[in-house]
Amino acid sequence: MAEFLLAAAGFVLLTVALGLARILVGPATVDRMMAAQLLGTGGIAVLLLLAAATGLSAAVDVALTLAVVAAFASAAFVKGAPGPDDPATDKA
Amino acid sequence: MSLALDIFTVLAVSAGAFFFLAGTVGLLRFPDALTRLHALTKADNLGLGLVVLGLLPLADGALGALKLIVVWLFVLLAGATVSQLLARVAQRVGPSR
Amino acid sequence: MIIAWTFDAILAIIVLAVAGWTIAARDTFAAVIGFVAYGLLLALVWVRLAAPDVALTEAAIGGGMTGVLLLVAVARLRAAQAAAAAETPGAALRLVAGGGCAVIAAALAASVLLLSDPAPTLAPAAAANLPQTGLGNPITGVLLAYRALDTLLEKVVLLLALLGVWSLAPDRLWGGLPGLKRHARGDDPLVFLARLLPPVGIVIGVYLLWVGADDPGGAFQGGAILAAMWILALMAGLIDAPPVSRRWLRLVLVAGPVVFFAIGLAGFPLAGAFLAYPEAYAKPLIIIIEVVLTLSIAAILGLLVAGPPERAPPPP
Repeated sequence: MAEFLLAAAGFVLLTVALGLARILVGPATVDRMMAAQLLGTGGIAVLLLLAAATGLSAAVDVALTLAVVAAFASAAFVKGAPGPDDPATDKA
Repeated sequence: MSLALDIFTVLAVSAGAFFFLAGTVGLLRFPDALTRLHALTKADNLGLGLVVLGLLPLADGALGALKLIVVWLFVLLAGATVSQLLARVAQRVGPSR
Repeated sequence: MIIAWTFDAILAIIVLAVAGWTIAARDTFAAVIGFVAYGLLLALVWVRLAAPDVALTEAAIGGGMTGVLLLVAVARLRAAQAAAAAETPGAALRLVAGGGCAVIAAALAASVLLLSDPAPTLAPAAAANLPQTGLGNPITGVLLAYRALDTLLEKVVLLLALLGVWSLAPDRLWGGLPGLKRHARGDDPLVFLARLLPPVGIVIGVYLLWVGADDPGGAFQGGAILAAMWILALMAGLIDAPPVSRRWLRLVLVAGPVVFFAIGLAGFPLAGAFLAYPEAYAKPLIIIIEVVLTLSIAAILGLLVAGPPERAPPPP
């Protein structure tokens, strides 16, 4: 069972890598901003599988933190994205 | 009983991994940023849900299982909102950039 | 065994590829995204090396705090794009920098690979004395008991960094409100996210602090998550940053290091040395230090990202 879970984690990691390669190359900025979301969901799946495979239950806490950080990073990307800024929102 | 649970885990985790693969295939093949976003957030979240389902029998105690479910629910909520955010940006900036 | 080896190899290759892409990226914004991705992947690496505390810190700080700090910097630099382009280093300087990095990497690799087997370590002594502190997590034991002096000085360094950021404000704005005013639009999904995420994030931050006594976690990771939630609410315009001259804010900022220092001084009469804990009270004292430290860290990190004051302080 542990080997199967580790193999599944490796498989998910590979799919994340493929997706990451496509996203980071993607010419539009909005493509690249999806990287946080992809790594968030994929990384959490890998961590949960690792936690079950190796018995390191703290990895579930790392997955929880990763969920919060990925959502926060996506919001930060959107806020800091280059392009026409909404004139109504920021003023001194 | 434990053999049935093991088979359940293997099936659920395999299905979850398959959906992750489907999400990546969508990322690679879909023509447009919005459709790629859709493939990413929907398929990957479903894959994560199936993986969590498969890992529930292996969790340590009810608290461990609850933590797994909380992680999945949170990712679902956050992912849905973040995909709306990113779609806004894609719409605002336009398809050519 | 072979599966574990393959997994680690795949992870290592991905990390190196993302790092290479980050360096080679033409656009600064894309490079920051690559850096955040690199941080999140490194958290996976730390978990594979059985270091979940470091993984938590890497995810919270490297992925969250440093990422958003760099984004703010990129946004500010965008206005000065022409001047920045004129300062790009030439090929000779880049070659020297690359050579220096290669030498350091080779030295690190050599020192790790050539370690004597078994490597010299204090881990058995640290683990043997851990029950005296009442803690179950050896990392927290090292941070708050064995090497508490280092942790205290690190927090002072954080405060000094914040002072450095504040000193970037022009004189007339000293003590003012950091950042520009943001108005929350009702239908903005960012506002919805800023209403949805912080309650859960705060619970998770407090959980990380609490569980750090016996399991991986701790004050720094909890404080970083709390700071991230504060910054999210600031970004969405739901709350406004307080003027940095406010007394209560400055009290929160220094409370952590001051309480830490005071407990350290109390170690002289009570236990015979600076930052020594009397045996029966070790755990309660450590918990008090951790709680106050978490609040201070959250405030300091949040203000570091909010930046120097850009609006005049309101009349008191």
